[in-house]
Amino acid sequence: MAVNDALAGTHKIIEEAREQQGGQLVPTLNDFSQELTTLNLGPTHPATHGIFQNILQMDGERIISGVSTIGYIHRAFEKIAERRPFYQITPLTDRMNYCSSPINNMGWHMTVEKLLGVQVPKRAQYMRVIMMELARIADHLICNSILGVDTGAFTGFLYVFQEREKIYEIYEEVCGSRLTTNMGRVGGMERDFSPVALQKLRKWLKEFPAVMREFESMFTRNRIFMDRISNVGPISAERALNYGFTGPNLRAAGVDYDVRVMNPYSSYEDFEFDIPVGTNGDTYDRFIVRNEEIWQSLRIINQALDNLPEGPFHADAPHYYLPPKQAVYKNMEALIYHFKIIMGEIEAPVGEVYHSVEGGNGELGFYLVSDGGRTPYRLHFRRPCFIYYQAYPEMVVGTSLSDAIVILSSMNVIAGELDA
Amino acid sequence: MADPTKEESPVAQAEAATQDPTAQQNAQVLALLHKLFGEATFTEVAEPYGLLTVTTKREHIHNIIAGLQQDQELMFHFLTTMCGIHYPENLNQELGMIYHLHSLVHNIRLRIKIFFPIADPVVPTITDLYATANWMEREAYDFYGVIFPGHPNLIRILNVEDMDYHPMRKEYPLEDGTREDKTDLFFGR
Repeated sequence: MAVNDALAGTHKIIEEAREQQGGQLVPTLNDFSQELTTLNLGPTHPATHGIFQNILQMDGERIISGVSTIGYIHRAFEKIAERRPFYQITPLTDRMNYCSSPINNMGWHMTVEKLLGVQVPKRAQYMRVIMMELARIADHLICNSILGVDTGAFTGFLYVFQEREKIYEIYEEVCGSRLTTNMGRVGGMERDFSPVALQKLRKWLKEFPAVMREFESMFTRNRIFMDRISNVGPISAERALNYGFTGPNLRAAGVDYDVRVMNPYSSYEDFEFDIPVGTNGDTYDRFIVRNEEIWQSLRIINQALDNLPEGPFHADAPHYYLPPKQAVYKNMEALIYHFKIIMGEIEAPVGEVYHSVEGGNGELGFYLVSDGGRTPYRLHFRRPCFIYYQAYPEMVVGTSLSDAIVILSSMNVIAGELDA
Repeated sequence: MADPTKEESPVAQAEAATQDPTAQQNAQVLALLHKLFGEATFTEVAEPYGLLTVTTKREHIHNIIAGLQQDQELMFHFLTTMCGIHYPENLNQELGMIYHLHSLVHNIRLRIKIFFPIADPVVPTITDLYATANWMEREAYDFYGVIFPGHPNLIRILNVEDMDYHPMRKEYPLEDGTREDKTDLFFGR
């Protein structure tokens, strides 16, 4: 009797499952499981590349709902910035998106320049463009190659990591550091490109396209890879805009918004480049858009290097731009300016300014309110990761755990930028 | 290659030429704003660094943002960012929220500010209009203690849950004010 009851119950479940799925699919084990599992993905999980916690409700293999918890590496940058002179805030920006620090540095410098009304000479602008595009390439290389690792293809990652190392060597020649670069200054660059830097840059520009082509030939039309990530985590253009997506993730959804074109800064209007867009905003589109952006960045770097104007590499703004160290020892005025700038006693106008640049992940904005004091009265960072990561629970619902990993990977969420 | 002095003049000219259209565009947007929501809605209008900035009352904020989102002419479809701010000296207007909107179609940016007393930090939520406002409002709650009635999940976002104050308010100094080992006679700390 009891056995019959149990069997009847099972049949009922199968019938219900058949009805739900249009009577087509053969019921699987999932249809019999009545209880949901709560899965803690993170905070420290090897597949999430950073400290992200997601509490997922699972029905078997399928994700029913997700809740993201963030703030594990929150360092109160906005609060700290209220106590620091402008030039001391640059190292804070390094530590946001640490995969493309130069973009953050220069975005911040341009914000301060906008506030102070400093005009940066053409050469410095072109030098900035070169460094920012190198940073974008490094950022996209990491994201795309890690996506390969998450789907089981380690080779591409090894190939392009070597190229990222070469980019870091160029950084080293230009500013002396690699990851947290603190590159440039308010008013321009801290020094001109050295002959070694230019030589390394030219060599890399010649060698990199072959590696990139090889990387693409391994992935772009790879059947296994395409099957794995096509139609995984798609997002419509409307939802993406409503969620405040910017950068490659928005462009993958088909919206051609790029700050470099919409509000050109640092002479981006001088260069010819295309904005790649995707169609349905899935993981494959994000991958392809990033790959294509690498090629476009290469185009920009080549144009900037070929047309690099002669002239000074920093603005003639002694009140804000640190004098050369040798002059500080010999020259009275240089000593005074050095002292005033280091102590943060520069004159800043009262005002508020919003400036944004196209970061590795999208619109990186700086909202600076100055009350004329030595530090910002309020500084707000518009961090693209923070803004688009909130769409993650919506994007993973209905997918499996392994899809959730590649979606996270392809969105390129950087913990430092997420938590500030 | 190019002479820097020659480079300067076309750039300066181009700057002068582009500045004028920005002012014109801002004037047009402002006229439309006045037409849509009435002139009395906006208490203050400014254009710091070319970005049109309007100040309004918190009663109107939801209306304005919804109206701008639906307006077929302006098409402010994109909420760039929103953040809180604290001015302890402004009596009964201590706290503020600042919204940055962007019309991607026309490439117009707009900044909207509201100020309200710190004793009554309640602002209507705009999460029903923009999904992206969810975490931004949580951030403003976390750091400034602004309450958004109607928000689906108004809890702290970056700080620990059991924190009992809102750290970005100006009364919380970054360092302990009673410490003397860091005092600098000449420049203060």
